[in-house]
Amino acid sequence: MRKEYETVIGLEVHVELATRTKIFCGCSTAFGGRPNSHTCPVCTGMPGALPVLNRKVLEHAVAVGLATNCRITRYCRFDRKNYFYPDNPQNYQISQLYLPVCRNGYVEIETGDGGKRVGIHEIHMEEDAGKLLHDEWQGCTLVDYNRSGVPLIEIVSEPDMRSAEEVIAYLEKLRLIIQYLGASDCKLQEGSMRADVNLSVREAGTAEFGTRTEMKNLNSFRSITRAIEGERERQIDLLEAGEKVVQETRRWDEAKEVSYSMRSKEDAQDYRYFPDPDLTPVCISEEFLEEIKSRQPELPSEKRKRYREQFEIPDYDIQIITGSKHLADLFEATVELGAQPKKVSNWLMGETLRLLKEKELDPEEIRFSPEHLAALIALSESRAINSNAAKQVFEAMFEEDVDPEAYVKEKGLGMVSDENALRVTVEQVIAANPQSVEDYLGGKERALGFLVGQTMKAMKGKADPAAAGRLLKELL
Amino acid sequence: MEKTQILQLSAVELGRAIREGRTTAVEATEAVLEQIEKTEEQYNCYITVARERALEQAAQVQGKIESGELTGPLAGVPAAVKDNMCTEGIPTTCASRMLEGFVPGYTCEAVRRLEQAGVILVGKTNMDEFAMGSTTETSAFGVTRNPHNPRHVPGGSSGGSAAAVAAGECFFALGSDTGGSIRQPASHCGVVGMKPTYGTVSRYGLVAYGSSLDQIGPLGKTVEDCAAVLELIAAHDEKDSTSLCRQDVDFTAALKRDVEGMRIGIPRDYFGEGLEEEVAAAVRFAAEELRICGAVVEEFDLSLVEYAIPAYYTIAAAEASSNLERFDGVKYGYRAKDAEGLHQMYRRSRSEGFGPEVKRRIMLGSFVLSSGYYDAYYLKALKVKALIKKAFDSAFARYDCVLGPVAPTTAPRLGESLTDSLRMYLGDIYTISVNLAGLPGISLPCGTDSRGLPIGLQLIGDCFAEKKLLQAAYTFEQSREG
Repeated sequence: MRKEYETVIGLEVHVELATRTKIFCGCSTAFGGRPNSHTCPVCTGMPGALPVLNRKVLEHAVAVGLATNCRITRYCRFDRKNYFYPDNPQNYQISQLYLPVCRNGYVEIETGDGGKRVGIHEIHMEEDAGKLLHDEWQGCTLVDYNRSGVPLIEIVSEPDMRSAEEVIAYLEKLRLIIQYLGASDCKLQEGSMRADVNLSVREAGTAEFGTRTEMKNLNSFRSITRAIEGERERQIDLLEAGEKVVQETRRWDEAKEVSYSMRSKEDAQDYRYFPDPDLTPVCISEEFLEEIKSRQPELPSEKRKRYREQFEIPDYDIQIITGSKHLADLFEATVELGAQPKKVSNWLMGETLRLLKEKELDPEEIRFSPEHLAALIALSESRAINSNAAKQVFEAMFEEDVDPEAYVKEKGLGMVSDENALRVTVEQVIAANPQSVEDYLGGKERALGFLVGQTMKAMKGKADPAAAGRLLKELL
Repeated sequence: MEKTQILQLSAVELGRAIREGRTTAVEATEAVLEQIEKTEEQYNCYITVARERALEQAAQVQGKIESGELTGPLAGVPAAVKDNMCTEGIPTTCASRMLEGFVPGYTCEAVRRLEQAGVILVGKTNMDEFAMGSTTETSAFGVTRNPHNPRHVPGGSSGGSAAAVAAGECFFALGSDTGGSIRQPASHCGVVGMKPTYGTVSRYGLVAYGSSLDQIGPLGKTVEDCAAVLELIAAHDEKDSTSLCRQDVDFTAALKRDVEGMRIGIPRDYFGEGLEEEVAAAVRFAAEELRICGAVVEEFDLSLVEYAIPAYYTIAAAEASSNLERFDGVKYGYRAKDAEGLHQMYRRSRSEGFGPEVKRRIMLGSFVLSSGYYDAYYLKALKVKALIKKAFDSAFARYDCVLGPVAPTTAPRLGESLTDSLRMYLGDIYTISVNLAGLPGISLPCGTDSRGLPIGLQLIGDCFAEKKLLQAAYTFEQSREG
């Protein structure tokens, strides 16, 4: 019989920071420029060029460290990681090994089994590399240094995760925190967030860790989940067959959903790390820390707590709304404009999520403004439009952020609550449906609903159903 | 003014003559170019002479001097720059095949400041390959010869700069000093050379050898020239993180003939084995001269001197092994022909592009940084560096400056040094602690040996004490001239 195994997982997460310029020079970090158009002597490794740290990078790194309960290294330093590859113009990467900017933090995650802490070993700052373009036609390789020197932080977790579910929960939590801080947009597909998975298995109940492998090239939650499951099985199969797991780096092939070995520990390069003499040590002052702390926005967990106290909306709604910085901002801004929290939450949880799902969009891509959502809620509250019309207006707002009042006027969606106009229609409906009238008078309450529906239909949806019901009862 | 008369002037004197209309920037540049034509074939001071560019620049500068736009002390003065400082549009080789065909698109900050002040850039001087060497013999462009005796080396690594000043092929030059590379060739060529406190001159655009030790500094005919040049190039630069923000860079203000009460310490450790007697005698004589001028001179034990060389070669080589990684045949410079695949291209380009001394230091540096050896070598060397700094701190608690020789010998004969690298490394014994401790040091002539080869005197100051050094050096220079 197969033994019981436990999976042990630690992550190395690279996050591209949302700075305007690169980490060690003034070149733009904008995406999609002509090859080598965002370069200078510094980020192309020209002789005599020198790096100068972008203060914004340090601010973001410290902000992420504080938000993940890390100890900030008050005297930190950059080190050179030496290796030859053409995407790395100096043939060393400026990174942090000996004194990383943040250490010993954690984040709280929630999974099906309840809450758990995932430790953060360290967070360090480093520069991204350029991009190699293999020209099959010409049979040559070209290099684009536009990405060279784009700032990254690497967040190294402790080996605290035990399942793919925990890994995804951890990544989602990190992403949310970083998005809240405005430090990065954290898009896995676009590579602004990348995760390498360190995984080992051990017999349940053993204290020692098994031999681990590192998995690279994981660019979606789906491939992370698949890779974890696949690697767990691969390692267990090896152990069951009496073989050993080899410490190595493996590459995940997303199309084939298998991994293959890139290099073993024996081939591991000696990076000859040493402190970069071109950069002075970074001394983080009390004032700097205070400044970052004072600018720290409310984080998801704090926000959830406040929502519970402040707004009477269901816990589930709170989870979803605070699960996106943009949704939460939209919610608060709309409430700020006077809309009732429950109504705002209903619009976000209902129609908004439905349309996002239907159109395969992220909450960050929502285009309508809080002003317009508030206006729509006000129209609906004052019974100027009925719920069907409101949904129609909302769809238009979702598409191109139209002004609801103007739209209602333009499309003639305003509700007819004028008693006289309504009375004429109701009389016609009563005359046309003798059977239902009889049923209603005979005690079948349901028949009234049918008559209201007929009235609405006759008025092309612009009637106020409550007023129609009242009038029907009165006339019957 | 007669060309021969012009060539007799110091840089500051020439600047004054140009401002006063006694000569022009163009005349001075022509004089220097004529001198180059006359003696360059023999001395080989330059790798590149930017003749046309210099003449054009001289005409422009002369116009600006006449219109009053340029008024500085060195406007119109022709100068040379060591070929490890990038110059836009002019090849920059570091005396290596590795940088074959490399023409920078940017200019070294120190050179930019000179040109902005109206200095005429005559050309780029020869040096040891990537500044690694003490004789200028490791250059891929042939040796430079000592103008005092062409059978001898000019010293190094800024040997081309020192020889060019000594031969009148420029009025002053910039060099770089990682372990003595300004002071030692200045001493061998009988000129003045100064390495400022680490961080005083921007390193932006200086091709790095040992980044934590490299400093750019002047080589000139007089102490005054060096002070004037340093005053121009010393400035905070945002492009260099190690650049300092100093308010005390008015170095020419220190040119006073006065050492009354100045306390000068002579390390006994600097007069031990290996020091030539004639050198020792000349240096002691110089100390006596300063004592006569009013200084309080005494001997003391500096300690740790024997550890400076291993610490220096460990740190400098470690940094160099990483700094020189960018020379890989991918982006610029030399690339091996017909290599198969990336790794062969790297290997062959670097094997063919670098000379033996550079390879030796890259291998040494890679070794001391490799896993398992880092603590035993690199970290230990950093600790020695810190201790050396401490030893100097306690010396400067008692003395205004430290006086000693620059090198154990006068300029060696050509070919003598390269056969024995270790002996060559030992020749740096009096200069390298200054770099390890980040201190300023100046080398100035104090005599000649029996063969007529110049002997240099070294004065070392505490960090930021350039003015004290200049004052002592100026006083000695003036009293020597009588």
